[in-house]
Amino acid sequence: MMKPKTVDKIATAVIIGVAGLIVLVLAGLLGFIMVRGLGHLSFDFLTSPPQSIRAGGGIGPQLFNSLFLLVLTMIITVPLGIGAGIYMSEYAKANKFTDFIRLVVEVLSSFPSIVVGLFGLLMLVNYFGLGFSLMAGALALTIFNLPLMVRITEQGLKSVPREQKEAALALGLTKWKTITSIMLPIALPIIVSGTILAAGRVFGEAAALLFTAGMSSPRLDFTDWNPLSPVSPLNPFRPAETLAVHIWKINSEGLAPDATEIAAGASAVLVITVLLFNLVARWLGRFMYRKFTATK
Amino acid sequence: MKKTVMLIMALVLTFTLAACGQSSNKGGNASTPPATNNAGNASTEPSGEPTPETKLEGSILATGSSALQPLVDQASKAFMDANSGVTIQVQGGGSGTGLTQVSEGQADIGNSDVYAEEKLDADKAAELVDHQVAVVAMAAVVNPKVNVDTLTKQQLIDIFTGKVTNWKELGGDDQKIVIVNRPASSGTRATFEKYALGTKTDDLQGSIQEDSSGTVRKIIGETPGAIGYLALSYLDDSIKTLAYDGVAANEENVANGTYPVWAYEHMYTKGEPNEVVKAFLDYMLTDEVQDGAVVELGYIPAKNMQVVRDIEGNITKK
Amino acid sequence: MAQTTDKKISANNHFAEEWVGRIYTTLCVLVLVTTIVAMVYFVASRGLSTFFKNDVNVLELLTGLKWSPEGQPPAFGALPFIFGSFSTSILAALLAAPLSFCAAVFMIEITPKFGRKYLQPVIELLAGIPSVVYGFIGLSVIVPFFRDVFPGQGVGIAAGALVLSIMILPTMTTVATDALASLPSGLKEGSYALGATRWQTIYRVVLPTTLPSLLTGVVLGLARAFGEALAVQMVIGNAPFIPRSLFESASTLTSAITLSMGNTVSGSAHNNALWSLALILMLMTFVFVFIVRWLEKRSKL
Repeated sequence: MMKPKTVDKIATAVIIGVAGLIVLVLAGLLGFIMVRGLGHLSFDFLTSPPQSIRAGGGIGPQLFNSLFLLVLTMIITVPLGIGAGIYMSEYAKANKFTDFIRLVVEVLSSFPSIVVGLFGLLMLVNYFGLGFSLMAGALALTIFNLPLMVRITEQGLKSVPREQKEAALALGLTKWKTITSIMLPIALPIIVSGTILAAGRVFGEAAALLFTAGMSSPRLDFTDWNPLSPVSPLNPFRPAETLAVHIWKINSEGLAPDATEIAAGASAVLVITVLLFNLVARWLGRFMYRKFTATK
Repeated sequence: MKKTVMLIMALVLTFTLAACGQSSNKGGNASTPPATNNAGNASTEPSGEPTPETKLEGSILATGSSALQPLVDQASKAFMDANSGVTIQVQGGGSGTGLTQVSEGQADIGNSDVYAEEKLDADKAAELVDHQVAVVAMAAVVNPKVNVDTLTKQQLIDIFTGKVTNWKELGGDDQKIVIVNRPASSGTRATFEKYALGTKTDDLQGSIQEDSSGTVRKIIGETPGAIGYLALSYLDDSIKTLAYDGVAANEENVANGTYPVWAYEHMYTKGEPNEVVKAFLDYMLTDEVQDGAVVELGYIPAKNMQVVRDIEGNITKK
Repeated sequence: MAQTTDKKISANNHFAEEWVGRIYTTLCVLVLVTTIVAMVYFVASRGLSTFFKNDVNVLELLTGLKWSPEGQPPAFGALPFIFGSFSTSILAALLAAPLSFCAAVFMIEITPKFGRKYLQPVIELLAGIPSVVYGFIGLSVIVPFFRDVFPGQGVGIAAGALVLSIMILPTMTTVATDALASLPSGLKEGSYALGATRWQTIYRVVLPTTLPSLLTGVVLGLARAFGEALAVQMVIGNAPFIPRSLFESASTLTSAITLSMGNTVSGSAHNNALWSLALILMLMTFVFVFIVRWLEKRSKL
């Protein structure tokens, strides 16, 4: 029988070793993407439109589409997801129906994105007549982001100390007021970190978008900011190829001589964008927490 | 309270936007017929050159075959440059998706690697009008280390049915054969089986199946003993192209009918196309596209073909 | 007098406010339920038509070994896909679960400051790497490595599981970290006060109390592994057979769907059969969620 102290040391060493291994894998992955991709990055690459057969194409419209689609999806998902999460956590009675919803939320979040995409194709694109468009893409992404947001909100609200909630209620605040001004700010860091994860999925998603947001990007006129004009980048009803879809397309069928470099460059851009987005969201989460709770 | 109101307003706005989009989309569809009337004289000018009197207006949705997508995409850009009133969207999704969508009226053009009759029910296929815009040829390719240069039809059949499993039986090194096939639903596989093997084959245990040409090329280039097939446009130095029955896979041999593994690329419309779509399809057949994008992308211009093949596979001289 | 009206107004305000909240959240849930119902109905109606319209036997689909929907005669045996999906994702979860637990312990118990500040953002960043990129790296790095080291072509369940395990690591680690962080510090301090070492505390106190949450993380990870299509499809080989080894070409339900869905026309027997696969996927996920719920209940006792 080994001494507990020896076991403790071995276990600590193993855990540190595993953490180190993960860091190595991550560093390797990121290094692989960056080394292959960074050399190809230039201002021109980031802003010029793609080329299908000639070398020298860029990813300008795709980058814009990815960001815009993310914003659109979040505008739809966040209020819906937080609302449903609040209901599940605070208003739902402990009955079979609530249980059923919870079950289906779990199942829905594990739905393969390709099936969501095909569902989107038949329901949103064809039946509702949205066509291949940013809106169809955003709604399809909402379908599998929503359960994630619901679960995250629930988790966040559950983490609020019961005393705080009860104190607020005892002071005569309504339940809704308690939730919005006492509980949500406390739950915010968890909600924000979860939203980042969800946003990451939106950014990297390709399978569901192939059939909803489409694989082509019409000519965009970046001087036309009227959302109703068909050439405006802000028009939510135009088709839009996102960065991830573009990477998939040129990796699998690309004919341009520099397809591999473009894919590598686009992957690097994608990862860098996600990094930037993470940092901003984190900062925003902290900022909001301070503002709502008046802590320093 | 303020926050609540904001949230609700955002929600309402979202739904209103969604509703607007729906109606404006419908509006767009409804406005297509007058636009086509406008373009009444356009059909006499298939080259697609814009003149102020015959300005084409409208939008076209072409969807389907991912093999054909780059060609249509390339041509559509030039066409839109010449006709500023026309927007063309080119989508992938596969031949099956293209045929379904054009048959159900969701797309104006359905791009397909195969005849509609091979995928759709006869009555649905009969409604579609075929526009053959190019010819795509396929070649058997192997890993560059395989020292075999040509295979006969029978040898290919033996490989793809699993009768022969080692390259030494075909005069090569002692190396296990790795088959890189396409899924059974693929148009590329249908063409290869129909014209190179002459028979349908079953999937084999241990074979690799990929649907995208880029991935097929990558796997064949890296895996020792691998064999597969690719469209001519995807051939490069990372793989070795085999001759079929001693006939090299090149444009000349396809055009004069000696190399049999090729198929038409189809752009289907439901019924006769409207003016805008017709102008675009006519533009696809102009020398500008046929000698330009078609050749650049590794297809063979339809007009260069000295032979014609019908859906049954009967070949006649032009 | 004035006071009473004020009270009345404020009571009314409260009342209205409460109702706004209630109605708003209920609407959100209704949207959720509608979406779910529409999707389940849609997948089921498509997936079941294989059995009703194309007269395929349910048992044949679930237990058949031969998949050849375009063959003569067509065969619809989906067991190889079911086997592939299960083995790949479970293997991936088995690989990732201990790793994510270790990472979480490292971040919370061993170096709280350094871990939370630097390791967590990096791990979360990985969740943002698109699956296509994972698939491409798998095809460029893992498959050639396996091909050289092990007999076979490198593609297969092992390659798929390895790629998936890296992909689901961020999801699982984030949940595990949150679970560990939310543990009341009194529990741990009590254990330390009794003279337990750190590992004893982790093993005897932290692990059992956070197990339900850790399992939730595993479910989330498994869910992602189950639903992942493009990355798996690129490295698994896609032969519709039960492989004889971990390094032989195999298929999963998702890879079969992605591979052929675009090539088949809506309404054909092949297309319907693919929807049946989606239906199986959905039902399997249901079963899986039930198993985990049962596990959670057991661990609470």
